Amino acid sequence: MARIAGVNIPTHKRVPIALTYIHGIGHTAATSICEAVGVDVTRRVNELSDAEVLAIREHIDANYTVEGDLRREVQMNIKSMMDLGNYRGLRHRRNLPVRGQRTHTNARTRKGPAKAIAGKKK
Amino acid sequence: MARSVWKGPFVDAHVLKKAEASRDSGRKEVIKIWSRRSTILPQFVGLTFGVYNGKKHIPVLVSEDMIGQKFGEYSPTRTYHGHMADKKAKRK
Repeated sequence: MARIAGVNIPTHKRVPIALTYIHGIGHTAATSICEAVGVDVTRRVNELSDAEVLAIREHIDANYTVEGDLRREVQMNIKSMMDLGNYRGLRHRRNLPVRGQRTHTNARTRKGPAKAIAGKKK
Repeated sequence: MARSVWKGPFVDAHVLKKAEASRDSGRKEVIKIWSRRSTILPQFVGLTFGVYNGKKHIPVLVSEDMIGQKFGEYSPTRTYHGHMADKKAKRK
């Protein structure tokens, strides 16, 4: 059992892969963490010693924004955009795609499931 | 792709000139600009710009958080208030 950065308990997987289970750590960050702490990338989480786990945990705490803090930061950024009233903020307010995608069709991730339009068929 | 740093921020020269002039004078009046593509610079903070949206000038009071963005971001060009309820559906 390895608890790193709160609730994440990835075992049996290779260390850099397991670390990507943490919100805010992707492949690049995970490999650079392994490098900084001196853990070989082919080793698995259950092979790690307590000291190594602790080193990884401390390295993440010191250098990365992760999990709840990161989510809060992103939400704050979105909120500040909405308050400013710029284009990106307006798109967030309306729950529409923010980065210039088409909305004629698709965009279902942002818009949610399609709503039937009453009386469209004859 | 992001703009190269060595070029510096892009601002239309006439916007700079107008901003400078209003800063030197009494301030407070809306500076009408058509240049939506200009970057908002730190020296614009506190001024009010009327940013053209193709129809009229939308007053934008520049605050510190807006620095680095473009004027056009604050002056929406499209109006859309949702679709009207369908007439056929109403008749039922």
